Amino acid sequence: MSKQITIPFGPQHPVLPEPLHLDLVLEDEKVVDVIPTIGYVHRGLEKLVEKREYTEYVFIAERICGICSHIHGQTYVQGIEQIMGLEIPERAQYLRTIWSEYSRLHSHLLWLGLFADSMGFESVFMNSWRLREHILDDLEATTGGRVIQGVCKVGGVRRDIAPEKLDEMVKGLKGIEHELQALTNVFLHDSSIQHRLKGIGVLSNDDAYYLGAVGPTARGSGVAIDLRETGYAAYGKINFKPVVEYDGDCYARCAVRAKEMFTSIDIIEQCAKKIPDGPVDMKVTGAPDGEFLARAEQPRGEVIHYIKGNGKKNLVRHRVRTPTFTNIPPLVTLLKGCDLADVPVIVLSIDPCIGCAER
Amino acid sequence: MTFFQMTKTVLKSLFSRPATLMYPVKPAKKTKATRGHVKIDPTKCITCRICQRKCPTQAICVDVKEKTWEIDQMRCVVCAICVDTCPTKSLTMDNQYRPAMTARGGLEKFTVAGPKKKEPVAADAAKPAKE
Repeated sequence: MSKQITIPFGPQHPVLPEPLHLDLVLEDEKVVDVIPTIGYVHRGLEKLVEKREYTEYVFIAERICGICSHIHGQTYVQGIEQIMGLEIPERAQYLRTIWSEYSRLHSHLLWLGLFADSMGFESVFMNSWRLREHILDDLEATTGGRVIQGVCKVGGVRRDIAPEKLDEMVKGLKGIEHELQALTNVFLHDSSIQHRLKGIGVLSNDDAYYLGAVGPTARGSGVAIDLRETGYAAYGKINFKPVVEYDGDCYARCAVRAKEMFTSIDIIEQCAKKIPDGPVDMKVTGAPDGEFLARAEQPRGEVIHYIKGNGKKNLVRHRVRTPTFTNIPPLVTLLKGCDLADVPVIVLSIDPCIGCAER
Repeated sequence: MTFFQMTKTVLKSLFSRPATLMYPVKPAKKTKATRGHVKIDPTKCITCRICQRKCPTQAICVDVKEKTWEIDQMRCVVCAICVDTCPTKSLTMDNQYRPAMTARGGLEKFTVAGPKKKEPVAADAAKPAKE
């Protein structure tokens, strides 16, 4: 047996702008053990819930993550609405669904770009970010913010989308669909990418299930868990099937995300067709008294917001379990036995968002 | 097949305009809805302090006695809750981003009109006269 050495990976490293620190224990070029460390960007956002009114905390909940910001805000307000027993207008539900799917599109395009960059495929990185700009423009025109949308509020949404704008958005998405298809083709059929991804970092179906993998990491290993199927917001009225791949390697996780973009476009289209007229918000009085565990599907997987109130303006407890946090144990399993050169690709294949995981 | 696809992309990139903007030399893309920065119309402000209470980052500081309205632009997260809740619509959202800062600061102070009704002031003035 050869001598073991430990190599620190991060918190500053070239592959992803996230302060994830891994201590890689190597034997020659093989990784035999991994010790993850987080805690470099802890901001104490959960504690702030005691200092801010529950209606203003939405903006702080959104800032937990810079990419899935809308869905964090949405999950938080869903929890509050459930405690207070509010039945929000249907149009608001549909609008939330549309914006969630836009967030998913922009997150997946961002990830595809970063993933290509981690393999050294920089032109694809530029191309996917160019396409992402189209999504961000639509988000900015409808919500006012590019990545931090700030449209959710307790009792509905803050902005409405005009029907003409909605048609324009769907047309725009249809317009870039063939470009997305070309991008997806590169990821799924390019021989050099396949060579880099296939059979690398395999997470078995059992491991994915028992280690609590969520989102595309789980679906890439054949665990068909998609929280959207529980039918929160307007998902209950939309027909869609979660994308599931069975190989469990980096290629499968990449394929899940690439194909999910088209599911998202389909969901937005269906929403635009089915969206009813009516108000987008309702008057909210009183304060939440009780507790609730709100769940939603983020681009990275399932997020849980635990909310507890005591009938006052300030909540008592807010706890977030983000998808990256749950995906770290599977990541450790994935990395054991791989080559040192494959570590960046494997780390990126779970789409880590450490800002989320540490709050 | 792949070769021709690549040629297509290369030619497209070669002859199309850059996808990026030379910000800040050229102004950023913006829409009507864009949240750029908060502006105040000092003549309408009644120093009710609702914006101060609602601000999630405590960027706004209203002094009722001095009749000043102060915002720390570096703390402001441009959520627009102050604009939504302002009872006299003195606050508005400008769709231009604030220019980048090269030095510390960001505090902007405005002297505002204060409450419209002068009755409490008159009552205060009247009190000593009664005694």
